[in-house]
Amino acid sequence: MIFNKLSERLSAALAGVLSMLFVSAADAEYALNMTRGVTPISRDLYGLHMIVLWICVVIAIVVFGVMIWSIIYHRKSRGAVAANFHENAQVEVFWTVGPLVILIAIAIPATATLIDLEDAKTNADINLQVTGIQWKWKYNYIDEDLVFISTLAQSSRDVIKDPAGHENYLLEVDQPIVLPINKKIRFLFHSDDVLHAWWVPALAVKQDVVPGFINDSWAVIEKTGTYRGQCAELCGKDHGFMPIVVEAVTQGEYEQWLVDKKAEAAAIAESADKEWSMQDLLAQGETVYKGNCAACHGPTGAGIPGVFPALSNSPVATGDPAGHINIVMNGKAGTAMAAYKSQLSDVDLAAVITFERNSFGNSVGDMVQPSAIKNSR
Amino acid sequence: MSAASEGDYYVPHGTHWPIIGSIGLATIAVGFARFLHGSEITVMLVGIAILIFMLYGWFGQVIDESISGLYNKQVDMSFRLGMGWFIFSEVMFFGAFFGALFYARAYSIPWLGGASNNDATAWLLWPDFKAVWPLLEAPMADKFASAKEAMGAWGLPAINTALLLTSGLTVTLAHHALRREDRVWLVYWLFATVALGFLFVGLQALEYSHAYGELNLRMDSGIYGSTFYMLTGFHGFHVTMGATMLLVIMIRAMKGHFTPDNHFGFEAVAWYWHFVDVVWLFLFFSIYVWGGSGGVIHE
Amino acid sequence: MTTITADDDHDPHAAHDDHGPDKGLTRWITTTNHKDIGTLYLWLAFIMFLTGGTMAMVIRLELFQPGLQFVEPGFFNQMTTMHGLIMVFGAIMPAFVGLANWLIPMMIGAPDMALPRMNNWSFWILPFAFTMLASTLFMEGGGPAFGWTFYAPLSTTFAPDSTDYFIFAVHLMGISSVMGAINVIATILNMRAPGMTLMKMPLFVWTWLITAYLLIAVMPVLAGAVTMMLTDRHFGTSFFDAAGGGDPVLFQHIFWFFGHPEVYIMILPAFGVISAIVPTFARKRLFGYDSMVYAVASIAILSFLVWAHHMFTTGMPVAGELYFMYATILISVPTGVKVFNWVSTMWKGSMTFETPMLWALGFIVMFTIGGLSGLMLGVAPVDTQYHDTYFVVAHFHYVLVTGALYSIIAAFYYWVPKWTGHMYNETHGKIHFWWSTIAVNVLFFPQHFLGLAGMPRRIPDYALQFAEFNMISSIGGFAFGLAQVFFLYIVIKTIKGGEKASDLVWEGATGLEFEELSSPPPYHSFTVAPDIK
Ligand code: HEA
Ligand code: HEA
Ligand code: HEC
Ligand code: CUA
Ligand SMILES: [Cu+2]
Repeated sequence: MIFNKLSERLSAALAGVLSMLFVSAADAEYALNMTRGVTPISRDLYGLHMIVLWICVVIAIVVFGVMIWSIIYHRKSRGAVAANFHENAQVEVFWTVGPLVILIAIAIPATATLIDLEDAKTNADINLQVTGIQWKWKYNYIDEDLVFISTLAQSSRDVIKDPAGHENYLLEVDQPIVLPINKKIRFLFHSDDVLHAWWVPALAVKQDVVPGFINDSWAVIEKTGTYRGQCAELCGKDHGFMPIVVEAVTQGEYEQWLVDKKAEAAAIAESADKEWSMQDLLAQGETVYKGNCAACHGPTGAGIPGVFPALSNSPVATGDPAGHINIVMNGKAGTAMAAYKSQLSDVDLAAVITFERNSFGNSVGDMVQPSAIKNSR
Repeated sequence: MSAASEGDYYVPHGTHWPIIGSIGLATIAVGFARFLHGSEITVMLVGIAILIFMLYGWFGQVIDESISGLYNKQVDMSFRLGMGWFIFSEVMFFGAFFGALFYARAYSIPWLGGASNNDATAWLLWPDFKAVWPLLEAPMADKFASAKEAMGAWGLPAINTALLLTSGLTVTLAHHALRREDRVWLVYWLFATVALGFLFVGLQALEYSHAYGELNLRMDSGIYGSTFYMLTGFHGFHVTMGATMLLVIMIRAMKGHFTPDNHFGFEAVAWYWHFVDVVWLFLFFSIYVWGGSGGVIHE
Repeated sequence: MTTITADDDHDPHAAHDDHGPDKGLTRWITTTNHKDIGTLYLWLAFIMFLTGGTMAMVIRLELFQPGLQFVEPGFFNQMTTMHGLIMVFGAIMPAFVGLANWLIPMMIGAPDMALPRMNNWSFWILPFAFTMLASTLFMEGGGPAFGWTFYAPLSTTFAPDSTDYFIFAVHLMGISSVMGAINVIATILNMRAPGMTLMKMPLFVWTWLITAYLLIAVMPVLAGAVTMMLTDRHFGTSFFDAAGGGDPVLFQHIFWFFGHPEVYIMILPAFGVISAIVPTFARKRLFGYDSMVYAVASIAILSFLVWAHHMFTTGMPVAGELYFMYATILISVPTGVKVFNWVSTMWKGSMTFETPMLWALGFIVMFTIGGLSGLMLGVAPVDTQYHDTYFVVAHFHYVLVTGALYSIIAAFYYWVPKWTGHMYNETHGKIHFWWSTIAVNVLFFPQHFLGLAGMPRRIPDYALQFAEFNMISSIGGFAFGLAQVFFLYIVIKTIKGGEKASDLVWEGATGLEFEELSSPPPYHSFTVAPDIK
């Protein structure tokens, strides 16, 4: 079994290497080289990358060429006798100035690109605030009053032991962001906890997400499509599991999406006013728990001793509901436990709290209604 | 005796002091870490005791060897190089904290107030934050103990500056006394230096209690308090060490150690003392004079 | 005053000649002899290399295929962190200090290191430091899991309790390194035999002199960084917390002010080793000695001015990024001078290819590859695509494994006949080289492609398009690991016995340690200073 898989992959890889050498099929190129991407900056970067790469290849060929030449022709077994020279000021100057000139040639286009890359502020059409949270992304369409959280899709989590054949494994999310093409989007990055980095290769945006400061970056997406990326700064246990999905659409589709998305949010807010049944709360709570809490407190509520407390038999999760509501809504400053009132809706909060009080061996039996959450906001 | 000063480089044979020193350091480290997580501080104290025992034994042996004339000029030079570069490493240690202070003042606080490429930082995160130095009120003011007032330069700190500068002078006078083999004045001037040193530490403690008590300027008052205590605290610790070493030198001088042309121990400590002095001058200007004034650094 | 008697230590000549080492364990614990201490350092480094390597094997095993099969993500991060820390602080640095101990006194004609007791202490702090570091893996909450760069706030507010032990372990390593560096400086400046002027010193001595300055300048800064971490964790300071007016990015500035010179600390002595080996086997004097010295000095100075090239994506103002880009790529110039000089030394030489030379040639080729990818990383705008991907991992393993580590292995083969008086087995040495070199390229070359294709570093699991290259890389990794087990065998076998080495050892060898001392050399190298021509 494993060997079949192995040889399959090996031959695929071999084919990949070979095709790099002989053909330049678009697919193989992506796997071996940097993506060209779909923004002006990403194309500039790709071009710059190729220039520098080729310069390096040429330097390497020259240096190794000379070296191999001496290894072949100046070896003792061929009867070579050592020459006596050991100094020459002219060549030293030559190979100091030569590289310097090459570096200047690299620095000029690099400077121009960098200045372009850093100019996020001028003429931005859309401001999108991106907040990194262990281990998910919160998106705030500032001008639209639309906020939602995006996490790794459950379908990827389900196959984590054996993902073979699962397309876009680890690169799919529950709620992708949607952006219009040909608009200058200014991303405003910020973190609620540790450092993260928001990276979508095709957009050539990689920016650290720092608590307490806003970093910005920009993109003009020129082609519709789905672009995937990942968190690119070690941010703790599930750093490998916080993907990003961007769907680039036409302006019309984007506007429609906004309308739908806002309606959805309104419906959720409304449902906070109705009375929920235990069953519905538990079902909803389990989903919320898996997506938001299981990363730390574990799928079975066991936590990780010394780092994340267990919820089964936890004095908080089995004690007075007020205390439980408080920690989940307001978190605990100075720990990884975030304030979920800014991340989850009233319904989700009520559901997950109810779920925790009645799962993992906890059986308090009471319910927390969304209205209670709404009132304590 | 004098033969050795012309002879070979002295290479000691086996020594057990280093391993004792390592055990001492490791015990201190483990003890401190345990203390931070709620254990008693005993283990750490044991470690400190081991370390002191080691220093006493090790230096004692070196002093014996030095007095019995085993060290030639070249050995003396090795010691000098060793002490000199050790002091340089200490300079770099302080450099890290000075770096933090300058960075906070020149970059992080203005940026939090929206300077440079951080317009959105002020816009979205800290709309009410005022970028001033000294920073009395942290950006997230409710999480940090706001200081009422910055520490002024012209009270105790100025007196302390005078004390340390004077002590730099007295230790030099002690050196001159030693050079002309005037043991009485050697001890007097050393005594004066030690006294000034400990007086400095005492006044520093007074200043801290004033800062905590009246100004509410604390370790957890935000970056101003952090840099203030880190720099002055480590400096105070070094003064204490230096004064203690001077005390040892004074006792040795009273015992009749050191000759006009062989007194590296004295000089090493004197160098250290001057280093502590110079750091203080930097500190006085950057923490108290420049650092205690300033006002708005970004609108 | 009375404890030391004349007949023991006083007579300047009797003092050294008849003194062999003590017996048993005491010898190693109490020794002040530069060769003994060198040996201790080298063994510590080797043990740490195997430990760190085993952790790398855990990493490669988990990355063998997509999906989580063997370890939890939290534990994976601990492995990555510990692997980096142990390799850097436990393997490469102590190995170079071990070489310095063995070689510097012999190369400059000194009886021993300048401060022999402190030398012992520098070493004996380390086993305690590493025991403490490794013990964190068994503590509640696990060991440090924030990368060897331990960025705040992951290492402050969000770190496990064991982090405090990590902090103190770093303090101890720092104390050890600073003392070791002071010793090297005092030895080189003060212990040279008459006539050994600075510009006659072997390049290995030069590179170590400069490395020692780097160490003294930056280890205390690292100590400052971990001290601020400690107070942020426990005493309410806010150096790395914006809410109090600090900045998490400040941590990175301080760390990399240490960290970048640190990577040159791991490569400058390597340059020295290569500059010793290449002339020997080319039977031709090192080309451009003076410019080699100046190049090393320039690299060292520049190394203090480029640190933020690790931080191109942290949101620095554009002027800062430009400055750090220019300064960074400038380092290619003096480094190029070194490479070109080595190549010119070979040019028109009379070369043979014994094992040390093979490793040295491997170094030159693969270090250059790593250096060139470093140059690519230094181009700030494009680094936004490379940063924190496997392209970076490939870069630094080329400079560290096929750079620093290769030079250490080369040094072992080159000097071990001198140290022990035994020749290693040439066939074994060659097998070791070719096996390692093929494996290491299978291991690290594909990581360039992975990085370019978008695989982030420090992840326990990855998307399916990265599967093939990861599997290849893992296979290379296992093969490379096994080759090092073979190396362990070679080392032990050579120490135990082998063909007798001549005093000169190599036909083309030069330098005091080969020309003036027997193989193995006497316990105290130069009791009488040699004549320097
Ligand atoms: C021994 C260690 C070592 C050495 C020698 C180097 C050498 C260099 N490194 Fe490397 N580097 C590391 C160890 C090292 N590095 C490590 C460990 C990291 C990762 C840390 C972490 O994040 O965990 C890192 C990361 C790193 C980064 C950050 C990448 C990122 O995270 O985004 C950068 C960016 O500029 C960089 C650049 C360079 C450069 C320009 C050199 C130069 O010194 C290279 C110079 C050499 C050459 C260029 C080749 C020879 C020259 C010629 C043949 C002459 C002709 C050349 C020209 C004209 C160009 N390195
Ligand atoms: C300084 C030197 C150094 C050295 C020598 C190495 C050696 C190796 N490294 Fe290194 N590595 C670093 C320094 C070094 N590394 C650093 C600084 C990091 C960054 C850490 C961070 O991100 O914080 C890193 C990160 C790093 C990663 C990225 C991890 C991640 O991002 O999650 C990987 C992945 O492949 C890796 C692999 C290897 C391998 C396979 C070796 C091999 O060369 C090791 C070979 C040695 C052995 C294997 C030991 C001998 C064998 C045995 C004891 C028996 C067992 C053997 C078998 C079962 C076959 N390393
Ligand atoms: C990033 C990690 C993380 C995530 C995600 C997380 N928590 Fe926590 N949680 C913690 C930590 C750490 C604590 C302990 C805080 C402390 O020190 O008191 C905690 C404490 C708690 C407690 C109190 C337990 C006790 O016995 O003290 C409850 C209840 C809780 N979390 C519920 C939740 C819920 C509900 C979610 C999801 C909506 C969640 N947590 C998500 C880290 C996390
Ligand atoms: Cu978020 Cu890594
Ligand atoms: Cu660097």
